[in-house]
Amino acid sequence: MKHADEFRDPQLTRNLARAITAASRKPVRFMELCGTHTMAIARHGLLEMLPPTVELVSGPGCPVCVTATEEIDRAVKLARQPGVVVATFGDLLRVPGSQSSLARERAAGAKVEIVYSPLDALELAKRQTASQVVFLGIGFETTAPTVAAAMAMAKNQGLLNFSVLAAHKLLPPAMEALLTGPSLGLHGFICPGHVTTVIGTAAYEEVVARHGLPCVVAGFEPADILATLLMLVKQAEAGQARVEIQYRRAVSPQGNPQAREMMNQVFQPVDAAWRGLGVIPQSGLEPGPDYRELDARRRFDLEVPPAHDPPACRCGDVLRGLCRPPDCKLFAAVCTPTQPVGPCMVSQEGTCAAWFKYRRA
Amino acid sequence: MNETILLDHGAGGRASHELVQRVFARHFSNPALDSLDDAAVVEAPAGRLAISTDTFVVDPIVFPGGNIGSLAVHGTVNDLCCRGARPLWLTAGFVLEEGLPLALLEEVVAAMAEAASAAGVAIVAGDTKVVGRGQADKVFINTAGVGVIAPGVEIGGHMARPGDAVLVSGSMGDHGVTILAQRAGLGLNAPLVSDSAALHGMAAGLIAACPGLHVLRDPTRGGLATTLNEIAASSGVALELDEGTIPVDAAVNGVCELLGLDPLYLANEGKLIAIVAEDQAPAALEAMRSHAKGGRAAVIGRVLEAPAGRVWLNTAVGGRRLLDMLSGEPLPRIC
Repeated sequence: MKHADEFRDPQLTRNLARAITAASRKPVRFMELCGTHTMAIARHGLLEMLPPTVELVSGPGCPVCVTATEEIDRAVKLARQPGVVVATFGDLLRVPGSQSSLARERAAGAKVEIVYSPLDALELAKRQTASQVVFLGIGFETTAPTVAAAMAMAKNQGLLNFSVLAAHKLLPPAMEALLTGPSLGLHGFICPGHVTTVIGTAAYEEVVARHGLPCVVAGFEPADILATLLMLVKQAEAGQARVEIQYRRAVSPQGNPQAREMMNQVFQPVDAAWRGLGVIPQSGLEPGPDYRELDARRRFDLEVPPAHDPPACRCGDVLRGLCRPPDCKLFAAVCTPTQPVGPCMVSQEGTCAAWFKYRRA
Repeated sequence: MNETILLDHGAGGRASHELVQRVFARHFSNPALDSLDDAAVVEAPAGRLAISTDTFVVDPIVFPGGNIGSLAVHGTVNDLCCRGARPLWLTAGFVLEEGLPLALLEEVVAAMAEAASAAGVAIVAGDTKVVGRGQADKVFINTAGVGVIAPGVEIGGHMARPGDAVLVSGSMGDHGVTILAQRAGLGLNAPLVSDSAALHGMAAGLIAACPGLHVLRDPTRGGLATTLNEIAASSGVALELDEGTIPVDAAVNGVCELLGLDPLYLANEGKLIAIVAEDQAPAALEAMRSHAKGGRAAVIGRVLEAPAGRVWLNTAVGGRRLLDMLSGEPLPRIC
C-alpha cells in the first residue's frame, strides 16, 4: 500500500491546496464525471481545502445512478420469471424501480446473485445448467469490455443458459448532451481516470474544440485530485482550454485499442435513456448482430410500461449538476441510505450518498 | 473423536445430561454452577449492579485470535467494564446445530472457560438447546453478565463534556477485518489476528488513574465511527477527530484498501474508547499504555459543544468531513 500512501502525503496535499489557493482568482466551477472521484473528494474532505473561488459539482458518473427506472423495472420483470437467476453487481440490488427492487424480489423468493465480475456470472451459468443465468450489464466503457469478453467466451463455449441484459452507457455522448442542455456554468471537467484508460482522450479533444472547456484526466488519490484541480485552475486563469493527463501512471492518449475492439466486436451503439438526462442518441450499447442470441431482451419478454421517476426526487437534476443534494426536499428527511428514494442515495458512488455520509450539515 | 451433536443432546434426557456433565460442567466448574440446580445462588455484593446481555453468532466460529467461546466472554466482560463495573458472573445459553462435531464444541467451551478464568468471572448458569441441521449455524451463544460498580464511579455514554479528550486503546478494525478475510473466497494472505480480549484490567486502571473519566465504550459492531456517533448523540455534544492520530495496523489498512472498506467502521473486540477531562488525558494514556493490550493507545480527538450528535474528522490529507454512522453496508456476521 506504499503506492497509495505517496499520493496521500499530508505535506504534498497541503502544498497542492496552497498552490490552488495562490493560483485561483476568478470563480470557477468544475464537474467530476466519475462516482469514484465524487466519493474520494468527499471521503478525504478535499472541498474544505479549496479556496471559495473553486466550486465542484458532480455529473452523471455513477453507473447505478444513471440507470433509468425502466431498466430496473426490466430487471425486476426478469427476476420474476421462473428458472431465471439474475446475476448483478451488489449496488444495483436496492435501487428502487417503479414498484419494486431486486432486493425485494429476492426477499420474495426470486433468485438474485451478487457477483463481482461478469466472469463470475459465467461460472454461475456453468454450475447451474438447469437455470437461465442473466447478467445485468451496467457501467461505462470501463466495465463494458469485460462484459463483452464474458459474452465472447459464452459464445465460444456454446453456453446456452447465459445472457446479458445490457444497460451500458457511453460517456462522450453524455458530456455532449450536458453541454448542449441548460447552461451549467462550467469551467472544466475532471475526466474519469478509469474510463479514459479505455477510450483515450480523443473525446475530450472534441469537447475542447467545440465548447472551449479544459479537460484534465485525474487519478483517484487525494493528491491526484488536487493536482488535477491545480491544472484546471491554471488553464482557467490563463484563458486556455486543452486536454491534459494528470493520471499518467495509468492513462495514455490512445487508451486501450484492444478493449475497445472487444467492445465493438460484441456491442453496437444504441440510443439510450439516462436517468435525469433523458434519451441521448447513440449513448448506450446493445449486443450486435453476432451476439443477438445472448441478448436477454430477445430471449425473454421484458417489455415494461414507461416509468415515472419518484415524485419530488431530484436525482435527475443532481446528475446533471443542476442542483446539490441538500437542495432536494427529500434529502436526509425522507430519503436516507436506509430508506433511499432515488438511486443517487443508494449507490455507494452516488452524489446524495456521499453528501449524506460526509457532508450533512 | 468424531462424535457429533444429535437432536437427542437437547431433548433433556440422558444424552443431554451426559453432554452437560462431560463438556459444560467439566470446563466451567465452580461452586455456584456445580449443583446443576434450576438456578445458581450467589452472595449479593453491596452497591450497584451492572447487568448486560449479548448474543454471539460469528461466522466462522474459529478465527485467528480466538473462537466464538472466548469472544462471548470477552464481549460480555467488556460491556460490564464500560459502565465501570467489576465483572463477577456470566451465564451462557448455547444453541447447537445438529451435526456439530463434539470436538469443536469442546474447543469452544474450553476457550470460554479459559477466557472466564483469565477475566476473573465465573460462569454460574447455562442452558443448551439443539436445533435441526440448517436451523442454526453450528453454535450460537447467548450470555448474560453481572458486575458490581464501586461507590462513586459514574461512567456512561451520556457523560462526554465539551473540552474532554477522546482516546482509543489501540489499532482499529482488527477483529472485523480478520473475520472478513477468513470468509470463503477471499483467500488473502495477510497477517491478520482478531484483537478479542477482556479489558477489565485496563478499565480498572483507567478508573483508578482518572477521576475525570466520563465515558468508556468498546467499539464493537459498526466500529469507532458508529460508537462515537452514539456517544455524541447521547451526550448532546459534537466530537472532532484527527484522522492521522487514529492507530490502524498496516495489514488491516492494506486489506481495507483492497476490499474498499473503512477500518473506522469495522468491529473491535479488545479495544476501549475513553473520554476524559482534558487535563487527565496524559494519565489516561499512561493507564492504557501500561496495560498489555494498550501499547498503541492514542489521543485521537476532542469533544466540542455543537452541533450536537455530529462527529467530524480532520482528514489525514488536511481536509475535513463528517464521520457518519455505519449505514447498510453488507458486512457479514462478525460477533
